[in-house]
Amino acid sequence: MIYFDNSATTKADPEVVSTYDKVSEKIWGNPSSLHQFGEEAFNLLEQSRKQIADLLGASQSEILFTSGGTEGDNWVVKGTAIEKRQFGNHLITTAVEHPAIHNSMEQLKQLGFEVTYLPVDEHGRISIDDLKAAIRPTTILVSIMAVNNEIGTIQPLKEAAEVLKDYPKIHFHIDAVQGIGKAIQDLIMNDRVDFVSFSGHKFHAPRGIGFIYARRGRKIAPLLTGGGQERNLRSGTENLPAIAAMAKALRLLLTDEKQKVAKEAEIKQRIFDHVKKFPLVTTFSEDNDGFAPHILCFAIQGVRGETIVHAFEEQGIYISTTSACSSKKHLASSTLTAMHIPEKLSTSAIRISLDDHNTLAEADEFNKVFDQLYDKFKILSA
Amino acid sequence: MQYSEIMVRYGELSTKGKNRKDFIRQLGRNVRHSLHDFEGLDIRAQYDRLHVALNGNDSTAVIERLKGVFGIENFSPVIKLEKDFEAVKETALQMIQAQYEPGVTFKINTRRQDHQFEYDTNQINDKLGGHILRNVPGIKVKMKNPDITLRVEVRLNGIFLSSETIPGAGGLPVGTGGKATMMLSGGIDSPVAAYLGMKRGVKLDMVHFFSPPYTSEQALAKAKELTSKVAGYAGSINFIQVPFTKVQETIKEKVPEGYLMTIQRRMMLRIAAAITLARGDKGVFTGESLGQVASQTLESMMAINDVTNLPVLRPLVSMDKTEIIKIAEKIDTYDLSILPFEDCCTIFTPPAPKTRPDLEKTRNFEKLIDVDGLMQEALDGIEVTVIHPGENFMNQSEDVFAELL
Repeated sequence: MIYFDNSATTKADPEVVSTYDKVSEKIWGNPSSLHQFGEEAFNLLEQSRKQIADLLGASQSEILFTSGGTEGDNWVVKGTAIEKRQFGNHLITTAVEHPAIHNSMEQLKQLGFEVTYLPVDEHGRISIDDLKAAIRPTTILVSIMAVNNEIGTIQPLKEAAEVLKDYPKIHFHIDAVQGIGKAIQDLIMNDRVDFVSFSGHKFHAPRGIGFIYARRGRKIAPLLTGGGQERNLRSGTENLPAIAAMAKALRLLLTDEKQKVAKEAEIKQRIFDHVKKFPLVTTFSEDNDGFAPHILCFAIQGVRGETIVHAFEEQGIYISTTSACSSKKHLASSTLTAMHIPEKLSTSAIRISLDDHNTLAEADEFNKVFDQLYDKFKILSA
Repeated sequence: MQYSEIMVRYGELSTKGKNRKDFIRQLGRNVRHSLHDFEGLDIRAQYDRLHVALNGNDSTAVIERLKGVFGIENFSPVIKLEKDFEAVKETALQMIQAQYEPGVTFKINTRRQDHQFEYDTNQINDKLGGHILRNVPGIKVKMKNPDITLRVEVRLNGIFLSSETIPGAGGLPVGTGGKATMMLSGGIDSPVAAYLGMKRGVKLDMVHFFSPPYTSEQALAKAKELTSKVAGYAGSINFIQVPFTKVQETIKEKVPEGYLMTIQRRMMLRIAAAITLARGDKGVFTGESLGQVASQTLESMMAINDVTNLPVLRPLVSMDKTEIIKIAEKIDTYDLSILPFEDCCTIFTPPAPKTRPDLEKTRNFEKLIDVDGLMQEALDGIEVTVIHPGENFMNQSEDVFAELL
């Protein structure tokens, strides 16, 4: 079995699962309780928070736990809108965001907010001039993803940060769900960013857990109100087993990050170089620094994405059409549509997404299977 | 960049005349203390500067530590090279490139001690400046207030390059200002006052009052943890815990409600003063800020201060809460201070304490309790712990958690 769908989800690491189990079994107190069981749970909660903060160069109080990437994205967008509504009603994002951002923006639009979607070029990248031009006196949020989940484009975050230094009141959010552990932490945790959202299950932690970074001093309204957990910003009894497991997963992820990323890049390169030679193949991801090392998206003309996915599956190789979220809806990829790729081609796109557990041997095996399948696809396409 | 040493420039102490030697010696000790866990460092405190030879240690980690040592004006990471001018040119270029930003200006500042060296000061300035101008497009030379000053020192034992000046913590080396006690509650203010006291060179003994079962073990642990945080500026700190339950219970029983707080504070200051004198310390620091709460009005201070003629030092006296919080955040005590554990100042608080207690009345009400007996009992029960920087008191299961995380 070859699993090349790590941007959809990753397999939880056995060591991480063991932390989850042990915490569920032994440290089951409610961190808010005053007695020793609560105390112990509270300490583990804060220790986990500290570990995550240290790994990201943040301070402990800047890390807030969520249920995952979707919650983090919803929270920053809507929480900013609520918090800063008397200062303005305009939000800026890109045309290639994850639906968690896009649909939150759409919801706000129905409530009277105004949204600018920055267009992207043929590589799925926004232009800084467009960003500059989009900023208004009423702008309260700029939300840009770090790494596109469908084709792997890295957005010009540093440059955006520079622009926003002239607008210190605007909240700057980065969706780093696909960007963590890809050796671009300096781009993500830059000196201007105010909020960053992360999701645990994209880096071998369990589902249902994530966190946001919220720069000290930046205010955001809570979406979940109640018992006042997370400094009154995100109520709900803390999911401690998952939180501790995620803290561990993040530590493992960032250990030897450079080597892991180099390995992923090498695997991606080997497949990229191979498939590029075939005339029916159009690649959307590139093999340069402007793209994440773990995502490769390409289309085989005339063959539907699902057909390709299933053909590979028969051979024990698991890939996806562009994103797991859109694949079951038989929709054309929103990123490729934003890049003005004709629908005929974008519905033929597939995505390979790697992580450090993959090997070069798997890339060779993929290439071998690709050769066999290509001959069949050629007939379909004709 | 692999630096070979950190060059430390002294602060105020440079001007302190005949005490200078003691200051330098103390600073040397403090720097050694703060860097004790790095192996192979060579630290020499000389008359004009202090040198930390890194011998392969990571400069960033050493720099982070040095930022917390009082008595340092600023410091520069330095690269030592053999007297090979080609190598100097190459390294100088790399240093500039590492700091390059569009529109940046620079100058070369050469000092030549070794007059045998093949080039003189002006030639070195010209040759290095020229090399950088040729290889860094867009960079400009500026003599007055350039963005980057590349310092070149040609000494007998090599050529030393530095291009960055990092501000130090300022102040005076801890220990040069004598010793005092500090009344540490566990709130936001007292750690900040301790920090400011130490910044003026004073070595502090922490006095903490605790009242079990009204205050929890956690409150005591929190005070110790705060001490360990500020110990980063002092090396290590004596933590003196004073059992205060009996005193508080007696006051509560015998004294009229409006004067509870005033007399309680008088007892605290009395005990702190006794500890101060017994330890040979020369004053009492507190975290009081004028007008912040009932016990911190001038009238209250007068009624409380009445019990001792030791200097009571209040570094925060004229600061706003927001200013105090800013410093607490900077020294990383804020998050700890706001943990909600009852301390002995918050229990037994009367609903309406007197904000303007009358000194005569205070003295009279105090006669209702056995001041000397209670004091002696408290002093007999004190415990002293030596607390080191980075020690962990709040979360004793940290090691157990390490395996989980």
